[in-house]
Amino acid sequence: MMTRQQLLDLYFLEARGKLIEVAAFLDRVERGEGEADFRLAELRRAVTILSRPEADKARQVLMALSDPTTEPIPTATTKGACGAWPSGGN
Amino acid sequence: MRYIEPHAHMVSRVTDDYQDMVTSGCQAVCEPAFWAGFDRSSAEGFRDYFAQLTEHEPKRAAKFGLPHFCWLCINPKESEDVKLAEEVLALIPRFLERPSVLGIGEIGLNKNSRNELKVLERHVDLAARCDQLILVHTPHLEDKFKGTRLTLDALRGDRRIRPERCIIDHVEEHTVRMVLDAGFWAGMTLYPETKCTPARAIDILDRYGQERLWLNSACDWGVSVPLSVPRTALEMRRRGYSAERIDQIVYQNPRAFLSQCPKFHLAS
Ligand SMILES: [Zn+2]
Repeated sequence: MMTRQQLLDLYFLEARGKLIEVAAFLDRVERGEGEADFRLAELRRAVTILSRPEADKARQVLMALSDPTTEPIPTATTKGACGAWPSGGN
Repeated sequence: MRYIEPHAHMVSRVTDDYQDMVTSGCQAVCEPAFWAGFDRSSAEGFRDYFAQLTEHEPKRAAKFGLPHFCWLCINPKESEDVKLAEEVLALIPRFLERPSVLGIGEIGLNKNSRNELKVLERHVDLAARCDQLILVHTPHLEDKFKGTRLTLDALRGDRRIRPERCIIDHVEEHTVRMVLDAGFWAGMTLYPETKCTPARAIDILDRYGQERLWLNSACDWGVSVPLSVPRTALEMRRRGYSAERIDQIVYQNPRAFLSQCPKFHLAS
């Protein structure tokens, strides 16, 4: 297991860069026109997970962007996935 | 370094990729049947694809000294049409006898629909009847968690299926535990944007150990990196993994799983 110092040396700049990308992306969307779909609200909700203390944040972000239901859907009408699920805040 | 690429769609790649993989230490490549990026118009399209996977592609790989193996199925993206799926399922048994076919895959779910689940269960039945290994694709993005759960239920619902003979691919932080806890093998796919990055795959190895886990590039016609397994091995070195441990993960683990099929053998 590496030390915190070693991990910072290895990954800090990369993480910093990705965080700024997310911030710039949110700014870009806010400057855009028209209505946003549910993905924006879901991403914002997922971002709040980053300030939680426990070392389980990647799993929690993935869960926040996942379909939590358990029943198969009646029919597949598309093939693609969009990366978020409209939880409506629940 | 030596490694096995257990999941790559080489029919979509160029010969430079074969050259790079062999130069990087690849000892064998395994190719699951998958979606072509468009729907095939009939079962005959699958017959041709299975011939490509079992006849043509092994010859292309052999030009670079690389053993090529494959898995057969109708993929979940084309499984909504149950009639087509049944026609394709009927074609598979005669191909299973071919010398480079390792089992049934990559089966699974895409949008988690009832028909996809029905076709998944038919594949599981075929694998059980023909005593085949199983390779499962889990869905993309928001559909992965639900689809992994439904898939595990389907596999556990068939008493003939032994978890140690099934690999559940494309796991991430939210699905790896349920797969390993149920006794299955888990595959981590290294993609630049979706699925796992090298750093996250190593995080999962740090947390869950290295038993019943493998790495793959799943390189295909989309954004993907054929050398992502050896590049992750380099990242493991940066993270302090010993050469023995890296070899265990990128070579010995896939060899152990795949060797459950007597047709899998390496040149050495
Ligand atoms: Zn694949």
